[in-house]
Amino acid sequence: MAELSAARTGIPSAEEILAPSPRSLLRRRIFHHWGLILGGAILAAIVLMALLAPFVSPFDPYDQQLGRKLIPPIWHASVKATWIHPLGTDHLGRDYLTRLLYGAQISLLIGVSAMIISGVIGTTIGVLAGYFGGRVDMIVTFIITTRLSMPVVLVALAVVSIIGSSLTVVIWVLGLLIWDRFAVVMRSATQQVRVREFIIAAQAVGCSIPRILFTEIAPNVANHLIVVATLEMAHAILLEAALSFLGLGVQPPTPSWGLMISEAKGLMFFDPWLISIPGVALFLLVLSINMLGDGLRDVTAPENRS
Amino acid sequence: MLAFAIKRLGVALLVALTVSLITFSMIHISGDPAVAIAGDTARPETIEAVRKFYGFDRPIVVQYLDWLASALRGDFGRSFTLRQPVADVIFARLPVTMALGALAIAFALLLAIPLGVLAAVRPNSLVDRFALTVAVVGQAMPTFWFALTLVLWLGVYWRLLPITGSEGWKNFVMPAIALGYYVTPAIMRLTRAGVLEVLSSDYIRTARAKGLRPMTVLFKHALRNAIIPVVSLSAVQFGFMLGGSIVIETIFQINGLGYLAWESIQRKDLPTMQAIVLSLSVIYVLLTLLADLLNAFLDPRLRVA
Repeated sequence: MAELSAARTGIPSAEEILAPSPRSLLRRRIFHHWGLILGGAILAAIVLMALLAPFVSPFDPYDQQLGRKLIPPIWHASVKATWIHPLGTDHLGRDYLTRLLYGAQISLLIGVSAMIISGVIGTTIGVLAGYFGGRVDMIVTFIITTRLSMPVVLVALAVVSIIGSSLTVVIWVLGLLIWDRFAVVMRSATQQVRVREFIIAAQAVGCSIPRILFTEIAPNVANHLIVVATLEMAHAILLEAALSFLGLGVQPPTPSWGLMISEAKGLMFFDPWLISIPGVALFLLVLSINMLGDGLRDVTAPENRS
Repeated sequence: MLAFAIKRLGVALLVALTVSLITFSMIHISGDPAVAIAGDTARPETIEAVRKFYGFDRPIVVQYLDWLASALRGDFGRSFTLRQPVADVIFARLPVTMALGALAIAFALLLAIPLGVLAAVRPNSLVDRFALTVAVVGQAMPTFWFALTLVLWLGVYWRLLPITGSEGWKNFVMPAIALGYYVTPAIMRLTRAGVLEVLSSDYIRTARAKGLRPMTVLFKHALRNAIIPVVSLSAVQFGFMLGGSIVIETIFQINGLGYLAWESIQRKDLPTMQAIVLSLSVIYVLLTLLADLLNAFLDPRLRVA
């Protein structure tokens, strides 16, 4: 009886008020997922340091002081170690901490840009294949298969060496190469959503295809998109580092972490910190992005947790 | 099964053909490949000579068909810098990369399958958490940095293994670990998920109910089914490794296909570059074809696709 009267008067029952809303449930899941919190915190710290690099560091990342070259970081028991250069200086006397901070800008810029380019390509063809199926799906599947059969690192290196490498070229080459996971995931996510009742209802009342794609499909595949986006951002950052390490990515004197490792390669037997510092930085950045992605997957799709 | 095999073979051929078209166009993306080889500052006569030498003055369709027809006969032209047929160089170097890839995948499987099985048998246990940590760390570690770190510790500080070269088996230990470690997480996750799923199935419950020992249930009944997807993933990962070994081979100076690729990229040796990309892609296509056919043979439900 109580339920009936409540429904009639529009006053919510006690259970309804006390039951947590989906939004607060999501919030609770987020704050109970330590991987998500830790990953997000590390990533936020790296982004903040990259943005504040000119204010944090009194040095210029390109400024060479040959008189102060190869100063070890402060944790080294060396008389040369100084708080003026907490992470030391490289073989050209450039402050290592400053180069590390500016290098974060490069990694993040490349990661985000390549992720956006590949995301637009992969999502577009994946959603189209998933929604239309049939011949469209066949063609898209074929394109994905072809792309997967080509070795990414090798093709990227070859293309960059032919065009000539620069930051823009690296971003575009990576963006045009790594869209495969976006396409695969978006295709299957759209296939699952397409057969649901609300899509059939939208089709029945005569909604246009763009409207169905953008207002009905898009919100329901967005959580998958975010997860793939984080994975591909990490992937792009690792690829850029590998390209720069091989000398065909970002060109000197730009401070890229992969390039810093490459430049220090010959000195690593005497000054191993020269490769461990940018290496740890790369590792932490990629780790934090992956943890964030894994966490977002767990939080947005709790039923898929294994 | 035959219809499936024929259809799958047709797709593989079409993919290989498309890849050949892309590989061919690759050297034309900058506009004039002759300028790309000779350099922006070269004199017009030099550029013209390069254009004649490579046959870039012919119509593009003729160039493609000629290149494809030669490639089908196993003739990839002459390397500009090595002064010998590209095909000879590739065949000389391919076994080295294959051996490296095989060692790397063996290392990955030896690490990933036991860890994955243990993690699945005791979900959320200490072993499971350790396996998850290995996976998360492995995916975030830049391959080349991991390789350099191995060189530093195993090669320089502890003097256990040689640092560069490809003379003996010892030279392949570090590269195989560095290359294999990167694919370990994916194989481990798949093993764990597969075993978890199979262990909760009805026939395992029956096997347990009739009193079989847990070890027999796990190894004789569960693992056999759980391992099928791992086999095909390993084939695919092996293909990825052949392409990815360029970084590792460059660091350890292993005389394989990856190092050859890097050398030819450095010297703008276009015929060699094209041939390597094409042959690695074709090998990958063959590997996935083999994996698909093997899967369809083992699991008849997959034959409808």
